[in-house]
Amino acid sequence: MSIPGQKPLSNLEELLEGVWKQNPVFVMVLGMCPTLAVSVSAMNAVSMGLATTFVLLGSTLLVSLLRNVIPKEVRIATYILIIATFVTVVDYLIQAISLAVYDALGAFIQLIVVNCIILGRAEAHASKNPPLKAVLNALGMGVGFTLGLFALGGVREILGAGKLFGISLFGPDFQPWVVMVLPPGGFFVLGAWLLLFNWLNSRKAAPVKPVEGHAHV
Amino acid sequence: MTTRIELRTSPHVVKGTSVERIMFHVVLALLPIATFSVWQYGLSALALIVTVTLACLGGERLFNHLSGQQSTLSDWSATITGLLLALTLPPAFPLWMGAVAGFAAIALGKALFGGIGYNVLNPALVGRAFVQAAFPVAITTWVPAFAPGRFGGFAPTTFTAPLMTPPDLSAWAKSALDGFTGATPLARWKFDNVLATPQDFLSGAVTASAGETSAILILLCGAYLAARKFMDWRIPAAVLGGAALTALLFQMLDPARYPDPLFVLLSGGLMLGAVFMATDMATSPVTPVGVWIYGALIGVVTVMIRYFGGLTEGVMYAILLGNALAPLIDQVTQPRVFGEVKAKSVKAKSVRAKPLKGEKA
Amino acid sequence: MNAPSVPASQPATPGAAMIRTLGLVATVCGILIVTAYQGTLESVAANKKIALERAVFKVIPGASSVKEFVAGTGGVRPAGGSVPEGAVKFYAAYDQAGVLKGLAAEGAAKGYADTVRVLYAYDPEKQAITGLGVVSMRETPGIGDKIYTDAAFLKNFVALDAKLGGDLKSLANSIKVMKHGTRQNPWEIDAIAGATVTSKAVGKGINESAQKLLPLLVPHLDTLQGGQ
Repeated sequence: MSIPGQKPLSNLEELLEGVWKQNPVFVMVLGMCPTLAVSVSAMNAVSMGLATTFVLLGSTLLVSLLRNVIPKEVRIATYILIIATFVTVVDYLIQAISLAVYDALGAFIQLIVVNCIILGRAEAHASKNPPLKAVLNALGMGVGFTLGLFALGGVREILGAGKLFGISLFGPDFQPWVVMVLPPGGFFVLGAWLLLFNWLNSRKAAPVKPVEGHAHV
Repeated sequence: MTTRIELRTSPHVVKGTSVERIMFHVVLALLPIATFSVWQYGLSALALIVTVTLACLGGERLFNHLSGQQSTLSDWSATITGLLLALTLPPAFPLWMGAVAGFAAIALGKALFGGIGYNVLNPALVGRAFVQAAFPVAITTWVPAFAPGRFGGFAPTTFTAPLMTPPDLSAWAKSALDGFTGATPLARWKFDNVLATPQDFLSGAVTASAGETSAILILLCGAYLAARKFMDWRIPAAVLGGAALTALLFQMLDPARYPDPLFVLLSGGLMLGAVFMATDMATSPVTPVGVWIYGALIGVVTVMIRYFGGLTEGVMYAILLGNALAPLIDQVTQPRVFGEVKAKSVKAKSVRAKPLKGEKA
Repeated sequence: MNAPSVPASQPATPGAAMIRTLGLVATVCGILIVTAYQGTLESVAANKKIALERAVFKVIPGASSVKEFVAGTGGVRPAGGSVPEGAVKFYAAYDQAGVLKGLAAEGAAKGYADTVRVLYAYDPEKQAITGLGVVSMRETPGIGDKIYTDAAFLKNFVALDAKLGGDLKSLANSIKVMKHGTRQNPWEIDAIAGATVTSKAVGKGINESAQKLLPLLVPHLDTLQGGQ
């Protein structure tokens, strides 16, 4: 978000913002509904990530272009209209590309419209920035979201089916961890990734560990 | 139940019971049950108990290290988790899955909440719930008790290579013991309407998890802990009482369909759960009334799951549910502080004397 | 809230301007959606056809084309538009010479976790159900998914009796799922041991669908012959 007085981000920083520093899945923890629901396999996760990225790019570009025309009173209605348009477009596109992916993602394609990352980007970024910056930021967010989903989907598919992108990794005798493809598995894996991210960040922030008190018993 | 107050002059120094001491005695009380289990199921059960316990200890050590704490291995709690967990698993459960269960028990059930004393749910049951959800087939694959060759070798599933599917056991189990059906008494009651007799249960000759069948032994070990005041006897009493009363009620409603309370008490993991798992100090309520509510709730929910749920056994989820509700039960059953006015009359008073509201505080 | 591009104290926008802007945006969006719809129409239809054929060919081996029909009280007619009340949609599969190879229809019933939807094949000559495919299910992997991996279970659907009764109003014997190992009659399905609930859902889905479809369909079978 551009706070007055703050140095504006360079184009590259704008792009990298969503990939790492403000990663929608691991840092902002936004859009958890599709994240948890469709990340049962790497393929689903990446398809969902790309679909969301497409909607993000299209809607932020349009919002940014129209940012000086849209009256502030009806801006949310306008954003939703624009986002819903791109969701409808991506819905048709996925059906045209692969029905199998369409069936696997189910209602979550239509539900991209209520993904808070997208409205968040339109309101907090695209409505205040020129098209190039808005699109770069959206691209970064989209890539970050896709990576986050892939991180979940990859682990869940490897443990839940012994495969990655449908390619068997451990041979036919692999014992699937059924829980990983069920909803609790999504929470376990997301929790583990969040733990890892926070742990890495806290280590980076404080390289010298403060001396702990005695173990509580 | 009466509370005795001893009046003495100072200094009031007593030899306190430490966590280590209580835990150590729980381990002692579990050993006979584990030994009986090994005698029943042979080498496979022994290997499973050792593996799961080691996995728990390893997990505990790892998380001690990662969180920069001192080692808590010596407080015996991880040993208890390991032993209990192993006793709730099928005796021929593949060892690698047992290790996953042990690690998940410590990681998800204990370390995540901050270690011993902070856990909300019983770690052993968290571990079991995890593998039940992860490996639904392996955790319902049973082997016969007292198979003649049980000390001569392992069940073929025990040494399944890590991450691999265990081989089909039915042929081996049939050859190990004639007439073996591969279903627990609860499953046989639920799906075939065949009731096991109390004699079957008491002799231990039923299909079950490693440490579930020795009802008398479990009660004796529990009695020892209760007598030494290492365990609150009211919890198992409430669990078993709640289950028995519910079972009795249903049997009176429809004797043809529902089994007698004795069957309910002796079958499945109810006895082990009531005595050793529901009583976990960190996860059960502390108020006198709360303890009874908690125990009875577990008993009732167990019977409900067994009778009306998709699963044949419900002790695990009943106890986990009880654990989750324990803080709430504690909160609503707080005893009155000495001198405190009853909540109801306070309310009545404050309604009557509205202008003096500030006085109460 | 205030971004550099928006003046700090903005006067209220006139209503006409708001309507104008929204109208403009809606027009742009409308054009985008219609373009996308038109552009993808052909490949979506092609994809749907391929998916349907793949599913039907799996339960009716030897077929090479599929047509959709609707059976209602007024007889059988090619599907188009919505399915009227009381009517049932089904598929007719033909081989290369245009000979009717079999019929397929969907059945659905509640399983262990969610609705189990299956596609079954009906052979008019044998008056039997001759194939089973799963359309969608969320049953426990490793247990419930045996309904399409377990060879012994699929054998139930080689020739599952689905004869109509004398009055042609319902099946002579409703299709039943029996506990594993107790199948006796040709209209019974032997359940999978350990996956009884899912097996029952399959049987129930087929039975309900067949009870509804076959009485409407069988009297008009001749209209389908050589329907190419």
